[in-house]
Amino acid sequence: MLTSDSCLSLHKHGSSMASDSNSSESQRIAQQRLRIIAGHLQKHKDDDSGTIATECKAEANKGTVPRKRQEIMKWNGWGYSDSKFLFNKKGQAEFTGKRYRLSGMVLPSLQDWFENTFGASVNHKSPATPALNASAVPPASLNEAFVEDLKATGIPFSHEAEDRVFRAHGHCLHEIFALREGKKFERVPDMVVWPNCHSDVVKIVELACKHNVCLIPYGGGTSVTSALECPPEETRCIVSLDTSQMNRILWIDEKNLVAHVEAGIIGQDLERLLNESGYCTGHEPDSMEFSSLGGWVATRASGMKKNVYGNIEDLVIHIKVVTPRGVIEKSCQGPRMSTGPDIHHFILGSEGTLGVVTEVTMKIRPIPEYQKYGSVVFPNFEAGVACLREVAKQRCAPASIRLMDNEQFQFGHALKPQVSSIFTNFVEGLKKFYITKFKGFDPHQLVVATLLFEGDRERVLQHEKQVYDIAATFGGLAAGEDNGQRGYILTFVIAYLRDLGMDYYVVAESFETSVPWDRVLDLCRNVKERINRECKERGVQFQPLTSCRVTQTYDAGACVYFYFAFNYRGLADPVHTYERVEHAAREEILANGGSLSHHHGVGKLRKEWMKESISSLGVGMLQSVKDYVDPDNIFGNRNLL
Amino acid sequence: MASKTLYSQRDPMLKRDGFEDILEERRNSSDLKYALRCYAPVLYKGVTPCKANMLKNIVLQSDQLRYVINQVSQESGEAPDIIQEEASVILEEMAHRLQISTVRFFAFALSKAFKTLFQHVCVNEEGIQRLQQAIQEHPVVLLPSHRSYMDFLLMSYILYTYDLALPVIAAGMDFMGMKFVGEMLRMSGAFFIRRSFGGDKLYWAVFSEYVKTMLRNGFAPIEFFLEGTRSRTCKSLTPKLGLLNIVIEPFFKGEVFDVNLVPISISYERILEESLYARELLGVPKPKESTSGLLKARRILSEDYGSIHVYFGQPVSVRSLAQGKVNRSTYNLFPRHIPRKPMEETQSFVNDTAYRIVRLQEDNMVLKPWVLMASLLLQNLEGMELSVLTEQTVWLRGLALSYAAFLDWPDHAPTAKVVSSSLALHRGLACVSGGRVSLVVGEPLGPVTPEEALFNRAVSVLSCASYRNQVLHVFLRPAMLAVAMHTAASSKKSEWPGLYNCFSFLWDMFSNDFILCPGDTVQDFEEACYLLVKTGAVQMPQQDIVMTDIGQPTLSFFNGLLEPFLQGYQVVCRYLCEEASEGLTEKQYIPAVRSFAVKLILAGNLRCYEVLSSDMQKNALAALLRMDAVRKVKVADQVTLIVNKMAVNSIDDILGGKLPTQKALLARL
Repeated sequence: MLTSDSCLSLHKHGSSMASDSNSSESQRIAQQRLRIIAGHLQKHKDDDSGTIATECKAEANKGTVPRKRQEIMKWNGWGYSDSKFLFNKKGQAEFTGKRYRLSGMVLPSLQDWFENTFGASVNHKSPATPALNASAVPPASLNEAFVEDLKATGIPFSHEAEDRVFRAHGHCLHEIFALREGKKFERVPDMVVWPNCHSDVVKIVELACKHNVCLIPYGGGTSVTSALECPPEETRCIVSLDTSQMNRILWIDEKNLVAHVEAGIIGQDLERLLNESGYCTGHEPDSMEFSSLGGWVATRASGMKKNVYGNIEDLVIHIKVVTPRGVIEKSCQGPRMSTGPDIHHFILGSEGTLGVVTEVTMKIRPIPEYQKYGSVVFPNFEAGVACLREVAKQRCAPASIRLMDNEQFQFGHALKPQVSSIFTNFVEGLKKFYITKFKGFDPHQLVVATLLFEGDRERVLQHEKQVYDIAATFGGLAAGEDNGQRGYILTFVIAYLRDLGMDYYVVAESFETSVPWDRVLDLCRNVKERINRECKERGVQFQPLTSCRVTQTYDAGACVYFYFAFNYRGLADPVHTYERVEHAAREEILANGGSLSHHHGVGKLRKEWMKESISSLGVGMLQSVKDYVDPDNIFGNRNLL
Repeated sequence: MASKTLYSQRDPMLKRDGFEDILEERRNSSDLKYALRCYAPVLYKGVTPCKANMLKNIVLQSDQLRYVINQVSQESGEAPDIIQEEASVILEEMAHRLQISTVRFFAFALSKAFKTLFQHVCVNEEGIQRLQQAIQEHPVVLLPSHRSYMDFLLMSYILYTYDLALPVIAAGMDFMGMKFVGEMLRMSGAFFIRRSFGGDKLYWAVFSEYVKTMLRNGFAPIEFFLEGTRSRTCKSLTPKLGLLNIVIEPFFKGEVFDVNLVPISISYERILEESLYARELLGVPKPKESTSGLLKARRILSEDYGSIHVYFGQPVSVRSLAQGKVNRSTYNLFPRHIPRKPMEETQSFVNDTAYRIVRLQEDNMVLKPWVLMASLLLQNLEGMELSVLTEQTVWLRGLALSYAAFLDWPDHAPTAKVVSSSLALHRGLACVSGGRVSLVVGEPLGPVTPEEALFNRAVSVLSCASYRNQVLHVFLRPAMLAVAMHTAASSKKSEWPGLYNCFSFLWDMFSNDFILCPGDTVQDFEEACYLLVKTGAVQMPQQDIVMTDIGQPTLSFFNGLLEPFLQGYQVVCRYLCEEASEGLTEKQYIPAVRSFAVKLILAGNLRCYEVLSSDMQKNALAALLRMDAVRKVKVADQVTLIVNKMAVNSIDDILGGKLPTQKALLARL
């Protein structure tokens, strides 16, 4: 649901995500706890001599993610434990906590939307199991020799059930559903290690090779491709290598505008720390609150502002990877090289099958002077797509431009917080009247494009005019900054909303693709229709919600993101039903000229289509790299191939 | 007529609907009111509202057409504007101008005409309901059988009656010759296509884009005849694939979610063109369509043509059919607006689909008792006792029903009455005198030459055959097995492999004459065995097929049923071996075979009149070409037929029941 795309930035204008004061408050608490733990570990560290250990010694860990993630994050849902949607006693939706712009607000229209869209009722609850049942977790099968040697290195590790379970899954529907239901786990990691730096990783990988232990790198844990699932057939000890403590910016090079960063850093920390020096990467996938730099590299992530900053493959200058054969890196930081196929491209998208990304040198930019949201309403989806195509053709896309279909537009509206004054209400009413009555837009057809401009003020305003002029030729009407901003809110709260849905018999998931421009409309229509039809055929009793948006534009095509949710009351095995429908939807995507994935990756969820997607020769090429780099399948998560 | 449900025993899934007579209401209420009533059909949910004129603009400005225009312009050196203009002219000539007022006029006029001509026009209303549902969900293609000019007027009439979206209909250009009428048809939704435009890229592009645009926009259901032309023999014709390819392609290219194909079976108790067809088959060219010709045809109005049954079959989803057969992603790497020859996989899918649809049409053709009687009479050309005919008709009825024939046999009427009223309706074809029933032979005026007499007899045989042909699809497979059994051994016992080879030979031989789905030989063989066993005509202990004692009448009826085809093909073979000169051209072939056959008949060496039918002659030639026994060679402007006499000779032998050595047979198969 959430790996990429974006979430609101932390800059002056973007205030929707963790507001600075709140997040630093919670971080303070978390870090206090961390320091205590670090204190215990210090002893081990001191025993270790040599330069590497010194290098590794973390200056007070500034990271958001503690080793015990469950202390601040949900063990069976999305995000922070203190932030969640719920229907209060009056039946009104609320978002708890203090971290987000919507936090503490009442959302009066959400209940109606929810009940009407899904045929659900706030009186029909399907609550989750409150706590992890330790007996449902298979006992750790440890490789004693490995553990002994690991102890000697002083690298912290754990084999507590809670730590292991937390790293046994990503955020696929079936994974979260199973956690909520308290299902028995088939296979979870046997232990978790927390390296502090590159050389820790080198040691761990060496030991893993020595003792034939299976390593599964774990970054932000936001995978939605079953990439973190432990292969049930794996008989060796499985060690989850949690990179979260490798979270420092090692240096910033202002002359070349690059920063050298440890790959475990999560998006929000990276941006916050760079901001302190006046820079940013501009890489903002929707999951950036939790996803990590290493994870972005390993899955070929895409950020919402890629039009200005580029996708991850455009941003990285240098990658350091620890593999069973040793460390891969390049000899220089030349901005482009003609030295045979780019070895970075073996790493980008390797999904943890070759090694662990430990350090990345990536481009940085000065924080933009000015940011402005915007939105355009179109009479229908066709007009909106035509406009985005024209914008792409003229290569004048703003930092972000997204087109939400009518379903998503209405969804966005359901998330409007209670309006504080009669006046705002009145203005809203006027706007609605103008668009639907005066301009003749059908409220059940109209769609909205959300925009984010960045740069110096004058240029932003110029750029804005250019885009609005193009939009006007396709019947688009400017619809204000507020609507634009709300569109972006939706993308990061949607994951929290899925948890709310699951409390009331609604399952939901998202998936994405990329597709040539001329096929965008056909693909969207056919995939929606396929989902509706499959749901009907598979006995789903209620009309499903199928919604899509065009989230990225390229010269030759676009990225399309689908949401799909349905009320599963009356179904014996909703997850299975869901999976069959998603499978059919993916087949439909491929038949309509869409790709297997734009940025979520393949994991284990979409492996079956790899041959079809890149030819069996292509799979063979990848396999031969894997065989060379990792002959004993130490990185045995079995993703991709 | 009382509605009744006919239930198939062959396939328990094949449950057929009952019928309603739509003329009944017309006989009881005002036609004018009916023609002027409110007409508000449900439309396709994805419809892009557009007028006939806008449609033309969309087509002319489409990427598809623009691409071809540029291509043609580059090849010919003409400016694109000129080619564009040409395209516009083609479109103008082609396009329909569907107008509700014209439709209303037809609704009025046809009501009057139908009431005079027909006793009943029966429609399965459940089929209409299914169609109504389908029209809303997906683009719909209506695929009626084609036996008469009446077909498409009738279709539109029925759809209007049931308040369904009126179709746009692909019609042959020949109608355009009928000045006023052509325009009327155009305004009732017909669009006109040239009969042949093989190499004309531009024409093809305009035509296919025009059809696809209407399909994609959900403008209206698209109607065309898979058989391509009216079947003069009342046998279904092997399907033509051009239009089907066009309407299926938008699905493969992802431009529509699905396309629904609706097979429609239109069965006439008596076809208006009955004797016209027979003459045409005998080489009297069909009259050119002209308005005055149509007016002359008014005398038709004074006759009774019985009932029409129109059966709207279950809509067939192209998406479901293509599941697992065509990989749509093979279309991903090529721009969709560039015309491309369909891939092999696609071609065979479309071919297969076309055959299946035609078989569905056949399955739902309503058969009248007369069809059974005609089959019997043709095996007894010298005439039959009325009582024998009656008795055998009853027997045949039982057989037909157990083979799932869609037989419309009047409820509760005594058999004798059914037989006599059938004879009455078809008094132009058969008569009873002195308790004997025989074919009527038209009385010629003036002195009669032997050739003329023969010709007259042939007209009545071919007319009668057109009724027998209607039931052939029911009996075809077991009948071919019966012939195979007869050929494979005169003993009662036949080994499987030889029998199958023989069956497969016949199957291949006759696949131009009958609807045999490509690749279905084994399945058809099994079906034939199953049906013969089911009716007790044969038993199958282990690997053998043995005729039972009670099976004799069935098997001999089946042998008799296919006899004219076997003989006809043999005559063609014999002609090619014995008479055909070197350098026989394709053009000469039909008259030459005809006069060869006439000679044989006059000499008393042949009693089969059906070989005089150009349809059979063409089909036989096509089969021989397919089997490489004859080759076509183009010399200058002439197409010459080169005969491999050895091969033709041995085919003749097998057809004649002389079983060649196993080896030789296998080599050919």
